Order: sequence, then C-alpha cells, then structure tokens
Amino acid sequence: MSRYRITINKALASLLLVIIFSFNNSVFAADGEALFKANCSNCHKPDADYTGPALKGWSTREPDKNWVYKWVANPAQMIATDPYAKSLFDKWKPTVMTAFSNLKKDEIDAILKYVDDYAPPATMAGTSGTGAGGETGSDNTLLYGILTLVLALVALILLQVNSNLRKLSDEKEGVHRGEPVPFYRNKTYLMAGVLVLFAVGGYFVISGAIGLGRMKNYQPVQPIYYSHKVHAGVNQISCLYCHGSAQDSKHAGIPSVNVCMNCHMAIKEYKGDPIVREDGKSVNGTEEIQKLYQYAGWNPDTKQYNADKNADGIPDGAKPIEWVKIHNLPDHVYFNHSQHVKVGKQQCQTCHGNIQEMPEVYQFAELSMGWCVNCHRESKVDFYNKETKEGNKFYSIYEKFHKDIKEHKLDSVTVEKIGGTECQKCHY
Amino acid sequence: MSNKKYWQNFGEMNQSEAFNKSSENEFNEQLLPFEEISNEGLLDGKTPRRDFLKYLGFSTAAAAIAASCEMPVRKAVPYLQKPDNVIPGVPNYYASTYVNGGDAISVVVKQRDGRPIKIEGNELSSITKGGTSAQAQASVLDLYDTTRLRHPLQRDGKDFKEVTTFDAFDAMIASAMGSIGTKPVVLLTSTISSPSTLQIINNFLAKYPGSRHVQYDEVSYSGMLLANEACYGKRAIPSYQFDKAQTIVSLSADFLGTWLSPVEFSKQYASNRKVTGEAPKLSRHFQFESMLSLTGSNADDRYTHKPSETGAVALALLAKLGGAVSAPSIADAKVKAGIDKAATELMKTKGASLVVCGSNDMNIQVVVNAINEIIGANGTTVNWASTNNTRKGIDADMNTLATDINSGAVGALLVYGCNPVYSHADGKKLGEAIAKLPVSISFNGTLDETTENCKYVIPSHHWLESWGDAEPKTGHFSFMQPLINPLFKTRAFQTSLMKWTGSQTVNIPSFDSAGNLLGVTPSKVSSADYENYIKDFWSAKADFQKALQDGVIELEIAPAAATFNAAALAAASGKAAAAKSGATEVVLYQKVSMGTGSQANNPWLQELPDPISKVTWDNYAMVSPELAKSLVGLDIMNNQRQADAYEVTPEKPVIKVTLGGKSLELPVLILPGLNDNTIAVALGYGRASADEKNSLERIGRSATGAGKNAYTLVGFDGTTYSYNGVATAEKTSTTYPLAQTQVHGSSESRPVIFETNLASYTKNPEALLEEPRNERMGLLVEGKTDFVKDGTIYPDYEKPGIKWGMSIDLNTCTGCSACVVACTAENNVSVVGKIQVQKAHEMHWLRIDRYFTGDVKNPDVVFQPMMCQHCDNAPCENVCPVAATNHSSEGLNQMTYNRCIGTRYCANNCPFKVRRFNWLDFTGADSFKDNQQPLRGSELNEVVFQMNDDLTRMVLNPDVTVRSRGVIEKCSFCVQRLQDSKLEAKKQQDPALVRNVKTACMQACPTNAISFGNVNDKESEVSKARADKNRNFYVLEQLHVLPNVSYLAKVRNTDRHVGIAEESHEEAHS
Repeated sequence: MSRYRITINKALASLLLVIIFSFNNSVFAADGEALFKANCSNCHKPDADYTGPALKGWSTREPDKNWVYKWVANPAQMIATDPYAKSLFDKWKPTVMTAFSNLKKDEIDAILKYVDDYAPPATMAGTSGTGAGGETGSDNTLLYGILTLVLALVALILLQVNSNLRKLSDEKEGVHRGEPVPFYRNKTYLMAGVLVLFAVGGYFVISGAIGLGRMKNYQPVQPIYYSHKVHAGVNQISCLYCHGSAQDSKHAGIPSVNVCMNCHMAIKEYKGDPIVREDGKSVNGTEEIQKLYQYAGWNPDTKQYNADKNADGIPDGAKPIEWVKIHNLPDHVYFNHSQHVKVGKQQCQTCHGNIQEMPEVYQFAELSMGWCVNCHRESKVDFYNKETKEGNKFYSIYEKFHKDIKEHKLDSVTVEKIGGTECQKCHY
Repeated sequence: MSNKKYWQNFGEMNQSEAFNKSSENEFNEQLLPFEEISNEGLLDGKTPRRDFLKYLGFSTAAAAIAASCEMPVRKAVPYLQKPDNVIPGVPNYYASTYVNGGDAISVVVKQRDGRPIKIEGNELSSITKGGTSAQAQASVLDLYDTTRLRHPLQRDGKDFKEVTTFDAFDAMIASAMGSIGTKPVVLLTSTISSPSTLQIINNFLAKYPGSRHVQYDEVSYSGMLLANEACYGKRAIPSYQFDKAQTIVSLSADFLGTWLSPVEFSKQYASNRKVTGEAPKLSRHFQFESMLSLTGSNADDRYTHKPSETGAVALALLAKLGGAVSAPSIADAKVKAGIDKAATELMKTKGASLVVCGSNDMNIQVVVNAINEIIGANGTTVNWASTNNTRKGIDADMNTLATDINSGAVGALLVYGCNPVYSHADGKKLGEAIAKLPVSISFNGTLDETTENCKYVIPSHHWLESWGDAEPKTGHFSFMQPLINPLFKTRAFQTSLMKWTGSQTVNIPSFDSAGNLLGVTPSKVSSADYENYIKDFWSAKADFQKALQDGVIELEIAPAAATFNAAALAAASGKAAAAKSGATEVVLYQKVSMGTGSQANNPWLQELPDPISKVTWDNYAMVSPELAKSLVGLDIMNNQRQADAYEVTPEKPVIKVTLGGKSLELPVLILPGLNDNTIAVALGYGRASADEKNSLERIGRSATGAGKNAYTLVGFDGTTYSYNGVATAEKTSTTYPLAQTQVHGSSESRPVIFETNLASYTKNPEALLEEPRNERMGLLVEGKTDFVKDGTIYPDYEKPGIKWGMSIDLNTCTGCSACVVACTAENNVSVVGKIQVQKAHEMHWLRIDRYFTGDVKNPDVVFQPMMCQHCDNAPCENVCPVAATNHSSEGLNQMTYNRCIGTRYCANNCPFKVRRFNWLDFTGADSFKDNQQPLRGSELNEVVFQMNDDLTRMVLNPDVTVRSRGVIEKCSFCVQRLQDSKLEAKKQQDPALVRNVKTACMQACPTNAISFGNVNDKESEVSKARADKNRNFYVLEQLHVLPNVSYLAKVRNTDRHVGIAEESHEEAHS
C-alpha cells in the first residue's frame, strides 16, 4: 500500500514544483504585464471596457502602431487633429486619457503584446497549488513517523528476543543470572526514553518559543469581505493606486474610504466569478459593496452622500472602516515601505506573496528577523556605475566599492555591504 | 598631566577621600532584591538559596505567562476622507510662534499624523535665526499637560462646575457684566505684542467706558521702560545688537540666559565669539554681577559685587568714561580695577561697544543710558528704529490695580496669560480679593493660583492650537497657525472678547517699510471668531498664505538712534548711588529652565539641570563658601570633613531668609563665584493651590512640591519692583535634599578640556593642544607616527560610505541647555523624578558638564556638552556579553534595546559615563502593567506616572523606541534623522542631500556651537569645523577609543592667564 502512496506523493511534489516555478515566472517575467498594471490598469482592462475601452484587439480598430505611439504620448493633441481619436473621445467623453509621454516605444509594444496575448487566468490555480503542497508535506512526515515507529518497535522486539535467547542459552550453559528486569524498569531503556523525550520536547519548546509572536498565515476575518484577487488580480488595479503611501512613507497605508468610492460610486454590484470562502460559504460581492456604502455614508439610489446634518464635516452615518491589521511588526522594529518600494525597487509580492491571487489576505512571509536579514544578504542595491552613469547616484560616495569593482574584487554590492544588516538600520 | 585644574565641586577640587570613594561607588545600587547577600557569599547568606530559587521560579513563571499571552488583535483604521496633505507616517512642518507671557519665538513645528511632537527654530526669522530656548523646546509637552482644563467652568461654592456650551457661558457673562454698575472693567494680561489682539482688546475696552488694559510682566522691565521714557521720550525697549559690539559690559544682565530676548542675543553674541583665521577677532565681554549667572559664566572677565552696588558700579563706570557725575567709592579693589579696564576697552571700540544692565531700578537704567550715549552705542549697538515689544508692563499700574482689587474698586477682572496671585509679592491677599469681586473671568489654560479664585473660567487654546500673530520687535511679525484641532473644549481668548464686544469692525492696518503703522482701514468682520478676524486683519498684506508658510514677515528697517535727554541723569545719578546695603543681601534671579514659573508643570524643564548649579526640581539659597561659613558654619574650603559631609549626601542644611518681613526656608547650595554677601534665590518655583490638597490636580504633578515661591520676597520701591534687597538669614535645624547632577559622570580629574587666552593663541596657536599631542606621541612605538592606526592592536575598520561625526565649539557653547530639552523631546527620553535623580538615575542622553577652573573665589567656568562619543574603538562594545551594543559601518555606536539584558558592563566601561540604565519602568512601557505602583512615592515620584496617561503619550516620537525597564540607552546621534536623510538622498539620488541632516541638539542650539555631518565628505559642516587643527581635540584621545565627537578648544579674550596660577608660573619660565 505504502509503495503506491510514495509514488503518488512524488508525483504531487513534482507537480507542485512545476506550479511554483511557472507561477514565479508569471510574476516576474512579463514586462508588458508589469507596465500594463503600473500604467494602464486603472482605466483599462485587456478584454473588457472599463473607464476606457478594452485594449485587446486594438489592431483591428487601428492597425497603425505609430498612431498608438502618438496617441499614448499626447491624446489631447490627437483628439484635436485625428478623426479616429475624435470619435474615440466622443464615445468616452468627458474622460480624456492621461498622456504617458514617458513610455518608450518598446514599452508600448510590450503592453500591446501583453493585451493581445491576454487570457483570463484559470480560477483558483494558485490556491489549489498551495493546498496540494500542504498535503504532500504533512503526508511525508506522517509516513516517516510511522516508519520510524515501526522500526523502533521491530528493534525493541528484536532486542527482547535477543535478551530472551541469551537468557535461554545462559540457562542451558548453567550460568545463573539474577531475576530478569522487566524492560520498563531497565535503566538503559529508561535513559534512552528520557533522552528521546528531552530531544523531542526541547525541539517543540524551542521552535514554539521562536514562533512566539510570529503570525505567518494569519488571516483574520475583516469587516468587509474585500478580495484582493478581484481587485488586483482580475481587475488589474495597480497596488499603488490604493496603497499610494508605500512609495512615500514608512506605512503602505490602507486606502481611505473616499479612495474606494472613486470606483465604487460607479461599480455598484459584483458581477464576476462567484467568490467562495475557504470554509465553503459563498460570498455575495454586491452585499459587501453595500457595506462599503454604509461606511461611506453613500446612498446608491440617489447617488449622493448623506447630508451632513450634524455638521461634523462628514456625511451622517459615515464612519471609518476598522480593518484588522495583519502584518504586525514589534514596536522595536523600524520598517519603511518607501525604502523598499522606491529605493530598493522591490515588488510588493516579495514580502506579501501573490496578493493578486488572495481572496482574503493572509500573512505570507514569516516577518522574522532571520527572514529580513536573509533578503538583505542576497539583494543587490542599485549600485552606481561611474562609467555608464547608471544606478542610484547616492552610491557614488562609496569610493572603496567602486575601486574594488574596478579591480574585479567585487562584482556587485549587496544591501549587507552597505550596512543593511547592522542593528541600527532597523532598531532605534 | 595638565597643570590646569578643572573641577566640578569642592570635593573634586580638594580630592577629598569621601569624594573619591563616592565616585568609585558610582554604580552602587540598593535596588536588587538580594540585599542580604551583598557582602557575603551567595551561599553564606541567611536564606539566599531559597530566595534565589524563589526569584528564579517567579521570573520564569512570569516570563512564561507574559510570553504565552495571545497576540492582541490590532486594528488599522484609515481615514474616512484623507486630507491631501497628510501621508500617514510622513511628518509635516508648519511655521508658528511660541508665545509665553511676552516671549515670542518664531518656530517650525513638526507634526506627525496630526499631532505636534517637536519644536524647531525658524531660520527665516532674523531675530532668532533658527535658535530656540529650552522653554520653547519643552512647550510641546505643555500641550499634552493633564492639568489643562477641558471645558469652561463656573464657580460653584468652593469648587467648579462645567459650563456645557459656549453660548451658555456667553449668556452668563453678558448678564454678569450687566450687573457691575459703574465700576471699571480691567483686562489684566501678560505683555501682548500681537497687533490683531491689541485691536480686539481696544474694541472691547471701547464697549466699557472707564475700563482699562493692564499689562503685567511677572519679571518686570519697568525700570528700563521708565528710564527710556525719561531719556529718550519713548516708553519702550530698544533692540540690542550684540553682533555689532566688540566690547560688551553687562551689569547683572543675564542676556544669554533669561534677560529680555536670550535666544536673539545668544545668536548675536556667538557671531563674535567664533575663532577663525590666523588672527581671530573676538568680542570682549565684562560681567559685573553678584551671583554667578549663565552670562557671567561665559564672560571673559567677571567681577562680583553686592546686589545693592549695581548702581554704584554703573556710576563709577560712567564717571570713568567722563560722564558728568561724581564717582562713588568702590571698596573692592578688584571691581575698581575691573571698572577701569572695562572703561578703557569700551572707549577703545567706541561705536562698537554696548553696556546692558539687568536692574529694574529706573535710576540705574538712566545711568546706563548715559554710558551708552558716551560710548557711541545709541544708533549702533542700541537700535531705536525697531523696539522690543515683548515687555511693556509698568509696575505702578499693576500695584494700583492690586490696591483697587483689594479695596473692591474693580467691577470685573479679566485675566489672560498671567498669574499674579502666584507671581505678585502680595499674591495671596490679591487672590482672596479677586474671589470677592463681582465678576472675575480667567482665560488661562489651567486652574492656576489666579484662575482658581475667579468666578468664570473659559480656557483659551494652547499656542499650538491657536491662530495668532506677534510682533516681538517692531516690523518683525511672526504668525501662529494651529497644528492640531483643539484637544479640549477651549476657545481663543480673542474670540471670547469679540463675542462679548458684539458687533465688530476690523481695522486693517497698512505699514510703511519701517514697520510703522500708516493707517487703518475699517472693515466689517466676516464672523465673530478670531480665525476669520486674523485673516481679515492681514488681508491688506498681499500674500498671507506665503506669510503663514514662512511664519514671518520682516520689514527692512535701518538702525537709528534716539535723541538723548541728558537732564534725566542729574536726578537719577543721585538716587542710583544711594542704595542701602547690608551684610547679607538677597538677589532674585530666573533659571534658564524655569524662567518666570509659567511652565513650572513641565517635567522636562523641572528635570533640566541648572547649567550652573546642576540642581533639578528645586530652588535653593545659593551662597559662596565664605558666606556658608558664617551662615551655617560649614567651612568647606578648609575643613575637608565638613565639606564631604555637605557634598556627598543630597541633604543640605536649611536657612531661613527674611526680607521685608517675609521669610522663606531654603536649602543652602554652596557655589564658588558668588559675592560673599549675596544669597541668590531663583523665581518660578513653589507653585501651589490655595488649598494644598488641590495642588496635585490643579497645578500639576511636576510643579507641586518643587521649591519655594520666591516672588514673595519681591519688593516695591514706589516706582518699580526690586529683585534684590537687604535680608537676614539664620540657620534652622532641618535639612532638605537637593537632587544635583553635578558630579554624576565625573571625569575623575582626567583632562577633558583645553583652553587658552586670545593673546597666547594668536602668538602660538599650536601650543594650545601641544600637551595631549605629546602624550599621544609618547604612547607610540618608535618610528610610528599615525596614532589612529599605530596606537592599537585592533584592526582599522573602513567606513566606506558615510562616517558620521560631530564637532562642538566650546567657545560658543553658552550652556543654555536648549539642546538637552530638544534631545529629550526628540528621543523620548524619560523623566525620572527627583528621587531617582538623587540616585544618579537621570536619563538625559546629553548632559552639559560644567567645570570650574582658576581662582576659587571667582572661577572661570567652562561648559562641555557630553553625550555618547560614538568611539570607533569603543570600550563599551567589547564588554557586552550579548552584543547589544556594537559598531556600524557609518561610525555609529549602536544600542539595540531589544537585545540588551541589562548587565551594565558597558556603562561601567565607558570613560565618558554617558550610558544610562532604565532602573525602573519610567515610561509605562513594560509588559507588566502595574509594576510601577508598589514604588509610588518611595522610589517613583508622582510625575513619572504622567507617561501612563494617553494624553501625555501623544508627545512621543513614533520613530523612536520607548524603552522599558532594564535596558541601557544613550545618545544615538538621532539615528532616526540620519536614516531619514539617507532615505531622502537615495530617493532623490543625490548624496549631497545628507548634508542637510541636523541632530536635535544641533538644531536647537541658539549659537550654532554644534556641527554635524559626514566626515568622509570634505564639504560637510563637521569637516569644515574639524579643519581648525589648532583647536580640534577629542576628549581622552590618549585612550585610543577614537571618538567621533570632537571639540574645539576654548579661547577667552582676556589678559589673564586662563587656568590656575601654576600655568602662569610655567609660562614665566618658558
């Protein structure tokens, strides 16, 4: 029986590996996707009309790429001069597309390629992957545990048999031994038992102590069932649209209710794929949006905020949403989002996991010091290259490293090299 | 070894046995529970093993319980509608104005997530040029004071009851004011320099004919105002230009500490005290005074005389300068010689000389005006074009009012921003009379001594919650804008007056370029509140938004003289000389920390050691060793046992000082440098409610029990208040403990200070630091020259990018202590209370060491700010068993609180004694909630519990860890600011931006004595300061600890040899 299980487990494990790898690729590789999410996704969807038109199939409407370049660089001017642009404006007015003069041609190409190749992601792929991984892991442990137990039992029986045989042979030879000691009073056994207990107990105590205050996989119930998967995943809203202060502040910030209302004044009901909680209950997205209206003091029927009759500066009945904080760092840790997002150019997913796949957010990383330090040891800073003038010019002052790089003693500069693992970088 | 001897107290000076023993036992503690085993072996004590097991068991169990608690569920609550300009976690800075009494300092306030947490100076103000005072720095804590009133009150028998709405209060006032009949309404305020407020007051007064506005300064400058009226026809105080003065003579004026506008004067004074170039030019400063003031301790030459002799000294100086007065006889040969010397120097730099006088005697001030006329100060160093508007109180007005109140001749009294019941000599009687007035209204923010006698209380906002303006000097406007919504149900004083006045017009002023009022354009007020009023008021100014952003409007005003009327001198000179004098005289002074006492409930100020006496939490009778001998029979100069008995314990003998029929019992503090007939007592202490049991709640936890009220000793000579007088003093049988930080952190007589005089320095600048240089070279192996690299067996670690360093100029550090409070505010440094200060447990990361040197009777004083030196070869780092303190690649000595287990080895091994241990839970930060309670009263003063209050905790800087019990802490070079500046530089991709970083101490310094920056960057401030090779030294450099804080040696502009006699002896030989 166990033979089959091993085969199944192996298969599952390799499947998991494949999933993880393909998954990572999908996050980090596609340049067009990143660009699309960063620049376009607030107003466009690849396959559906949104604030602006769906982008997929653009070439059927306007085959000339040059038109696209010009349009992206300066929509206002195009509206004034180009007839197709004018017709687009008439359809979508009064909204005018923001000019993205900073986008290079190859970047626009990448975006166009991305929208053309776009296929809606298969549902729940990520979640089922993780689930499978969890099962395989625990099965193996169980298996080894049972194996160990069986072997230990066999060893015990053999030892008993051995000692009985020796006793018999001794008796045969006339050697008289004292009254046999039952195995549960045998000091060797007892000692071995104590040692095993100590080791196992110690292991659990220490790993438990290390885990104190760590809340990996913490997934509290939130006042509104807010799905990052629907917003960041399906609808491709850039993380920074809501968590804008991540690039300016130590806090990533939770969007204020008025930020939610920017979109939800228009989006009144949920029409996407059904949302199912992990416990199997289904979630009514439209009802959750109604909860938001309650908090915002918005009347979806009149499409207006409630009057401010009590003159406290906010619509009557409105109140801020009390989200449950998931990522908690101890008070003696200083962490700055803007340092990591803006200077370190880290993806949100590096620490928060595939947020765009999470129906409800859980703590993805351990957020332990070892976890932080490991990344600081491995990550490279955007070191300044004096010849090509590339990289962050701040690092031009590190004369020694420039010299070492020139003399090929050093190939890159990690965060650790510039002091990123020192105590007072995070503790003060 | 140096021949110069620097000492902090008499024990150190004499190297007495008890002093040495006590400094050996510096870390002696009785707080550990194992008292009985302290002398015996662990196992020989009575029950040590059981105790040990008990404590072990308890702590294990407690740790297990505390640690296994479930993680609390934390909420993250975003805004409903986020304001555009707020990004959570990113501070905003707004310009405003610190106003307290008459004082007005332009500041920039750091606001973090909607709460003000730190005050910085406003560099756009030409008055303060970015400087601040200790009081301005501390005032942010006043905003979160638990004694602040939370709503309007109405007296109800002996107590007060809440008035629920402002409308109800206004209705009550309207009916009360209607019933006073023909008796006058009097508005009693501190000096008000706000032009808009003055208009509102005028409108209010116009509604009540016969009413008047009395401005009252708790420490009066009436003498100057009246003297200037007599001499110049203007009842005003001119601007003083210490930056233009080459010779400064101060007659008892503490212009660097408390006199008039100390921040402005410090900035100006320091600009002439910087040693630069081959032949540096320094201003020369003479001080004549009776006690040792902060300014006196900075003087090049200092002379002491009896307090009553100030007039005689002024007259003698005038006579010497050729004034038409007869010189009085000066008995003291040294003072006489000093006057001659000062007169010569004043004339030598005629036109760039200045004489100021701290006396409140009009006649003496007239004499000083005459002196300034002769030395050409009028129009040069004394600027009449722009007058100082921060002090306008006329003492006779206040005393007339007091008489009126006592006789019931006042219908309604409105009190704002002053506290006469506390600060008037007859305050108690005044308080009782105020309670009997038909109407008495207070606008003060707390139930202080005056307010608790009023019938109606409508608290005004704290300045951080207010709109407002101020005109500290004519033509220099400074604006206030609210940094936070009012925390409580308070209303601006001005709004209240406007409501009670009824219909309002606003007179929009226009000014000429000199800041003179050209005229006003009456206009209707848009609504009856001050916020709109002030916007209307300044609507003639083109860009009010810009003015608010800058915080100041400054008009160009050319300096000008005023016409001097010599006639006043004849009458004054006779009276000035005729002062009585006695064997013991009392002089009342202000401390730089406490000032007038209006901020007495501020624990940061109470715990700030006085720069001279180093005493916290109290006032006392300061006397010279000579006077102590006759008063209390302690001969501490000659009798070592008596000296030790006096110095080693905090208990000090108490004397009873009687002046004008009133007496105070005060502990004696013996200090050198005082006149032998002088007892100096600080004002501003002894705040108390009429009924003692209310004090804690109404006056506050910090102010209650701190010192005695010396305002009761203030005299009145018919024209002005006098702050000195002939007194008797007698010994009592009691003692009183003083918490003095004087010798905590003794340098154990190692040479830590170097100084010389200007002449020797100019002649041979290299000689100044020759001695330590030779000592270092002597430590090196033959043939080696680089002390840093060759003086040690440790490797030299590279600092590849940034290496932080600080340089402190001992020449410009005046000891004002603004930096200490700034550090406290920035770094969440805890207040420990008087009991703990006595045990040397104060937590200040930055202390200012005060050293005496030279003549024991009139020593020179040197101040040395001392904080963690961030040694590159730090002795503390090697001894930490858990590596909680270690070194960063940027040269910082890092302290990691969460790793510290509190062995305190590091503190023991620090040669600078700058590490501070949290002996108790001073911040309520421990996980065990109530572990402070059992120590209440016995170990912890009431004030320590303030930090358990959510209101007070709002002052904490969220970027700095709040330390809990059992960990060491120390100066971090404001690492949170360094990190922030680097982050900004990285975001902007410009390494030059780190040059903008300022540590809290540096930013607060009114004399720019501290420079900080990247030592690897040759353009940084600190590199420039260290380029002065002849003065740049490191403290205890010979130990090869390689500090990252350097000091610039002090150069005094004096003819004397600086240091003790041995040095002159030595120089005579060489």
